[in-house]
Parts: sequence; structure tokens; C-alpha cells
Amino acid sequence: MLEAQLEPYTRLRENMSKRDRSLREKVVALEEAVSFVQDGMKVGIGGSTMSRTPMALIWELIRQRRKNLSCSRCIISTDGDLLFGSGASDHIITSWFAQGILWGLSKVMRHHVETQGKNYEEWSHMGVGMRFRAGSMGVPFLPMRAMLGSDVMKQRPEAKPVNCPFTGEKLLLVPALNPDVALIHVQRCDAYGNAQIDGLQFMDIDLALAANRVILTTERIVSNDQIRRAPDQTKIPFFCVDAVVEVPYGSAPHECFGLYEPMMKHMGSYVAQVNADPVDGMREYLERYFYEPKSWNEYLALIGMEELLEASQRGRSIYND
Amino acid sequence: MTDAQRYTATEILAILSSRQLRDGQVVFAGVGIPLLAATLAQRLRCPGLTILFEGGVVGAFVEPGKLPPSTNDQRCTKRANMVLGSADVLLLLQRGYVDIGFMGGAQIDQYGNLNSSFIGDPAAPKTRLPGTGGGNDISSLTNMIVAMKHEKRRFVENVDFITSPGFIRGGESRRESGLPMGGMFRVITELAVFGFDERTRRMKVLALNPGVTREEVQDNTGFKLDFEEDVALTEPPTNDELQTLRLLDPERLFTA
Repeated sequence: MLEAQLEPYTRLRENMSKRDRSLREKVVALEEAVSFVQDGMKVGIGGSTMSRTPMALIWELIRQRRKNLSCSRCIISTDGDLLFGSGASDHIITSWFAQGILWGLSKVMRHHVETQGKNYEEWSHMGVGMRFRAGSMGVPFLPMRAMLGSDVMKQRPEAKPVNCPFTGEKLLLVPALNPDVALIHVQRCDAYGNAQIDGLQFMDIDLALAANRVILTTERIVSNDQIRRAPDQTKIPFFCVDAVVEVPYGSAPHECFGLYEPMMKHMGSYVAQVNADPVDGMREYLERYFYEPKSWNEYLALIGMEELLEASQRGRSIYND
Repeated sequence: MTDAQRYTATEILAILSSRQLRDGQVVFAGVGIPLLAATLAQRLRCPGLTILFEGGVVGAFVEPGKLPPSTNDQRCTKRANMVLGSADVLLLLQRGYVDIGFMGGAQIDQYGNLNSSFIGDPAAPKTRLPGTGGGNDISSLTNMIVAMKHEKRRFVENVDFITSPGFIRGGESRRESGLPMGGMFRVITELAVFGFDERTRRMKVLALNPGVTREEVQDNTGFKLDFEEDVALTEPPTNDELQTLRLLDPERLFTA
């Protein structure tokens, strides 16, 4: 079981050697980009909580009726609800799973875990981080000092408490996590996939390096010249990236640093609807916002001009003195 | 009587928590009351307080009226000194740069263990709670202050599930579990301020909040409490504290 989860190093390297890592343009449409994600795959999700969530990619995966995805994210918010509620995922690896602290417990998560047998696999926040980092380093595990002594550790036979060979101290070894595909949303990148992230980067760099494929959505595609004028801002190198999609407001209704804050009216009404009825409320929400719109822009129109503008005003104000 | 109406339970929670912090400390704060209390301390008494958030923020200086809805939102970065990756800011705890971890709690026990994962049997839970987030990391690696509501169902003899470790089963059990550093330092509620016995590691009352009796604290607690020999009486919130707090959270996002 555990062996099946950990990719042997030789297979990781074989997968890498087969990837086309040349400097080439990778811009595709949203529908095409998610073809890298097949049913049953391990999918790593960038951002954290309500920030830089790759919502447009999740939206498209759900529209294309993907199934049995094993998803991982450092902290998961309404995207976790939607992945469970749509049937796209039955297994979510994360450290915290609710819509947001303002709304208490997620009734959607509770329904699927308590009565539908779906798996919320809980690690500490650092535990998720060390798993992505080990994956990014090409080693099978990393040692850490948290989780020891807790029941979080006891629930995780995948993690191994050991005595340090140098000092004899107790340490916890956590296994590498190398997702089949990572979904990451950024503020800007070029057509090759050199990605610049403003503000909080969360675990996205480790996630991009660990994954066997990376799909980027970006608020805008800029020229390679523009990237080269500020290479210190580039956080993900092009050779990690397999597809680039330009999707303005690609995290809506969540936030994207410097551009828009969470769309709290939409979030509030979403939470009220799905927590009142995690089955029918979710089905109606998915129908209205995910399956019926013909395009991402149509979805944004449903969230509404006023809410997008208001979220943008708050988002940009981070740069005000 | 009239004094109790000057402030809400969450306001006194935030104010008493903020009083536990000292200028110059590095504090790792969770969202809600901890974020608010750390920011309050920074504005009132501790201008040199360095606040860290798990989203990757070092040296936060949150704006009044613009409290972030989580510790992973852009508002957390306003006027900060630095942003890091989330794993890297958590690793600062492991290296030992952090003086105090500061969190809320859903359920706590006599040894200061916190549960935010399961009510009932984890194999067939009555309620699946949101989980640890950075809580387990913070409480495993540094000295903790917990601010939480005081209810009998939240103060239980032994938690159903140890999400964030306190002193585990008391005595030396935390150290023996592989956690040689840190541990529960203070628990703050709307009724009292608690510490932990040096030897047994059980929770004990250090100070009573204004107008609160020993019986009231015991009656709202699901295990037998010890009391410090000279239980102190906490000074009520000052006008300055209340005014500054209300400026920080005018919409009562976290102090309703």
C-alpha cells in the first residue's frame, strides 16, 4: 500500500527524462490543459485556503467529470467541498479542511467523511510541507520534529517514528509526495511557463518541483523579455511546466494577491446554501455555477460585476501606502 | 455587574491574552482571537513584537478594520518585514526562533492537549472537525498560549483525540514522546487564567477574571481543577484596551 504511494526513484527519473523540458510555447485552452489529469491520479493543488486557489482548473476538471482523484493541498477550503461534492475526488490529503474560520465547520466535508466513506487524510501543516519538499528534493522522506506524541501521527502509518542514527533522538520520517499533476495559479508567466508569484508563495515551489506534470493558470501571459527584466521574481522555472492557460480571475471566488481579495458575498451565500443542505444545496450550486455556464467568463458573470469590482478594489489596495 | 456589560466574553479573552505577551518576543499566531490579541499587544505595549503567520508572514502589522479572514490571505502581509513559503515559516519553529505560539482551541484537557480533529471515535466519528492546520506544529515546537471559550464540554478530562499536544499524559510524557521543547504555558478564558504544574503538568488556576468565583470556574470545567495558593484577581480591561481592540475589529469579526 505504502510502496504503491511512494514512487521509486528510478521511475521518478524515467518520468522526468520522458518530459519535453525544452524551451517551447505551451499555451493551451482550459479544456485542453486538464487532459493531463486522468481519473484516479494524484493531484497537488497550489495556493492555500482562500488564496491563489487554481479554481478555474478545478472548475474544468469537475465539468469534465473526472473521478477518483487523490488531491493534496496544504490547507483546503471550498475547493475541497467542491471536489468531494461533485464526486471528482474521494481522497483529500491536507492539514485543515473547512470553508474558512468565519463559517465554522464544513457540512459538506462532514457529510462526505462521516456518512459517505470519503477519506480526509490529515497531516500537520509542516507535515504536508515536508512531504512536498521531499518530493521536490528527489528523496523518499524527510525527518521532522512535529506530529510526534499526537494522535495525528497515530492515524498515519505512512509516517515512521525513528531514532536518529546520529543523536538517538526521536524523529518522525514523512514520505515524499510526488503528485502526478500539480495545478497552480499565478499572477503572471510567459508562454514557456516561467512563473512569477506576488505575495505569499505557500508551498507552490516545492509542489511544482515535486510533481510529474504542472498545469499553470495565470492572470496574464507576459513576454519572455518582461520575465527576464525581473528574474528574481520568477518562482517556478519553465522546465517544470507542461501547460499554460491565461485565465483572468482564475481563483474566483477566492483571492489572488494584489489583484482581488475573496468575494465574500459569493462565499457567504455558497456556504449558507451548501451547509443548509450538503447534498441538494451542493448539486444546485454545481449545476448553476459549474455545469451550466458555457465558459469561465460566463461563470464570472454569474458571480457578478459588482462583486468582482469590489474584490478587485480591495485586492489592489494592498499596494496602497 | 455593570463592569461585565462593558465588554463581551471574546473581548476580555482577547485583552487578557494580549497581556501575556512581552515586547521583543517572536509570536506565531493563529487566526481569530490570537491574531487580534497579538495585534492589540503590538499597538498598546509591545511595538517590538514580531508576529508570524503560517501563510509565510514574518513581522506582520495588521491594519485596523482590515483583519484577514485567515492567516493565508494577502491582508496578513501588509507592512510585514518578509514573506516566506509556508513550510519555511513553520520550520522557524523547529529551529527555535519562536518564543510563543498563540492559538484558539475547540477542546482542551487537564494536560493542555487540544483536539480539533474528531468528536467521538476517529474510525467512525460523530463529528469530523477541520483538523490541525499549523496547530500541531506550533504546539509541538514552542511554548503555547491558548485563548478559548470556557464551557464544560470544551474543558474535558481527556480529549477524544490529541491533535495539538500539550503535556500528553502529564509528568515527563511529552519529553518521552520526542517533544523535548515547549509545551503549554497559559490558557486564557473568559473566566480565568491558567498555568500548568511544573511536576504533574496538570492545569491550575493562576488568576480569576473580574467578578468570577472559584466555584464558577470549577462548575464550568469537566475535570477537577487545582488552584494556585494565592490565586490572583485579574485587573478588568482598561478603556484604552477596549477602545484599541474595537478599532482593530470594528465589524466584530472575531469579537462578537
